[in-house]
Amino acid sequence: MTRKMDSTKRYEKLREAVGNGDVDRRTFFGLLGSAGITAGLSGGIMTAMAKQARAAGVELHFEGWGGVVSEALRKHAFDPYEAATGNKVIDATFGGENEVLTKLKAAGSTSGHNILHSSGVSWYKRWVDNDFHVVLNEDNIPNLKNVMTAMIEPFRAITPDGLSAVPYDYGTTGIAYNTNHVSKEKAMELGADLLLDKELKGKIGGWGGDWANRAWYGALQSGQDPNDIQDWDAVWDKAREHRELVLKYWGSGAELMDLLAKEEIWVTEAWSGRVAALQAQGHPIAYMDPPNGLAWMESMFVLKGSPLAEAEELLNFMLDPETAIAVAVGQKYPSSLDPTKVEMPEEVQNLPAFDPTGKLEALVFRNPETWNPHEKKQGAMWNRVQKGG
Amino acid sequence: MAETATPIDKRPLVLLTPAFIAITALVVIPMSFILVYSFYENIDLAVDRVAFQFGNWEMLLSDNYYHSAIWKTLRISVVVTVLAAVLGYLPAYFIAMTTFRHKWLLLLLLILPFWVSFIIRTLSWIHILGNQGALNGLFQWLGLSDEPLRMMFNEFSVMVGLIHVFLPYMILNIYVSLEGIDRNLEPAARTLGATPWQAFREVTLPLSLPGLAAGSLLVFVLTGGSYVTPLILGGPSDFLFGNLIYDAVVTELNWPMGATLSFTLLVLLGSVVILYSRFMGLNQLSKAFG
Repeated sequence: MTRKMDSTKRYEKLREAVGNGDVDRRTFFGLLGSAGITAGLSGGIMTAMAKQARAAGVELHFEGWGGVVSEALRKHAFDPYEAATGNKVIDATFGGENEVLTKLKAAGSTSGHNILHSSGVSWYKRWVDNDFHVVLNEDNIPNLKNVMTAMIEPFRAITPDGLSAVPYDYGTTGIAYNTNHVSKEKAMELGADLLLDKELKGKIGGWGGDWANRAWYGALQSGQDPNDIQDWDAVWDKAREHRELVLKYWGSGAELMDLLAKEEIWVTEAWSGRVAALQAQGHPIAYMDPPNGLAWMESMFVLKGSPLAEAEELLNFMLDPETAIAVAVGQKYPSSLDPTKVEMPEEVQNLPAFDPTGKLEALVFRNPETWNPHEKKQGAMWNRVQKGG
Repeated sequence: MAETATPIDKRPLVLLTPAFIAITALVVIPMSFILVYSFYENIDLAVDRVAFQFGNWEMLLSDNYYHSAIWKTLRISVVVTVLAAVLGYLPAYFIAMTTFRHKWLLLLLLILPFWVSFIIRTLSWIHILGNQGALNGLFQWLGLSDEPLRMMFNEFSVMVGLIHVFLPYMILNIYVSLEGIDRNLEPAARTLGATPWQAFREVTLPLSLPGLAAGSLLVFVLTGGSYVTPLILGGPSDFLFGNLIYDAVVTELNWPMGATLSFTLLVLLGSVVILYSRFMGLNQLSKAFG
């Protein structure tokens, strides 16, 4: 018959055995010593390696959007940069910049956060307003001269004394649809209203993470100029109408791609580059920008407290035409480099939202002057509408 | 008659001091900060003003949005707890009563899922219940349905995900309680004329109640505080109170409101623990843990 023995009993028994001399004390301490030496040796090696690593270069912490975007940056920008300089880029994925801001506020420091793949001019303004910005020495970033003036100007208007970020890419949030279930004709005919098509109930998705995105489409669907919304109730009524048809609000680019690829949803607003990545994988997904569709630009934002010289070196490396084009092809978003100054390969020219003029006049961006004042109230409103309120 | 002074035994005090310090530093003080923060005023996104005002608490008490979220959270927590108890008792009973020599292997299998990330375990349900998931593939292969059945992104999938994650806590608690029962009691009941079912119902089940109750308390509290599972597996209507806290703190950058909601959740779940203590006694927890 086996007897149940708990840990306490086992310990008591062992102690008794040691006391009785049944367990060789030398063996016992020998084993204990071996364990200690193993831990000590490995600890020592790790310490030596850490010292070596610190001596080898500076660590830069980068946070971005994950998925194909992170893969492209790692492969075409960070790995070559590390090989060329000996510095190290530690990249991580965030769910959105509000997550980072929450962390920084909670920690009371920017330690462990250096460069963000920041979304839009609105967030640039928020980082500046919260005093998390730096003044970059543009002389250390000579490749900045190749960036489109149309992309630099909005940032410089906020910080005329010097940029805290370099514009890096741009894209649109249009509508993706599965061509096996939705015809091109129907998509073109309905435009933004395709997201409100009752025949597609339970097969429609939406981005849940950004109130302004939902409001932009609500404005289009209620016949308003998104940069001059007068009737917010009408906007949220359209969002409620959309909600009744939605299977799932997605929260990240990876989730968006998964839902579309697995045909859980057939129609959703979507980020142009992510759809291009799905198309490249052979999925039957088409993409359209409805009239007045939402365009956005992203920057590489350097946070206060970062090692500036190394950060500037990395930004310059990332803006090098060879690197920037390789990243653009990888992440499927056009580069911020001016195509009238830097020749773009066909692969980049064929990307959604690509503007060959370098002036971006055909794209409609969110105006921070008209959007930011509404963010506190309408952002909270969207969270309620999303949950049935 | 001369009174003899009883020497005070200081050992409990000495032994409890580290735990007391840890709980004060890691729970009481942070929660006090959260309570204080709930009286601050959020002026703009991520901008708060130090104040002593009740605006956040007024909103919480007067707004039906929060009340419905509390109700939904309690409802889902109760359903998940009951289902976990029913589903967990059987494997716990089997592990406790089996004469299999390597019982440790069964316990190891039980805790094996903990070695896989909670997020990965939750995401795995998309590949089981999704339109192109294993179950729909099986149903269509068997000819039971032509179109994929909608099993994902609803309350059902959220509950499945929550039960999946928390079931081991229930099983382990019940198992420990069952292990402590004298094996002779059931045969004794049988010799007195009880049927196997009666012997289980009258002897084993009541004696295992401390473990069942401890497991239920854990599952209820853990479910009540969840927010990731509804985010991943739920549809637009499937959210818990924790999701409102996430919204307030992370997306609205309104920490005072987030603090108010967090403290409310603490009070609600704390009340459940107090009720448990009132009716079951917290000492039952220690019995359940052996």
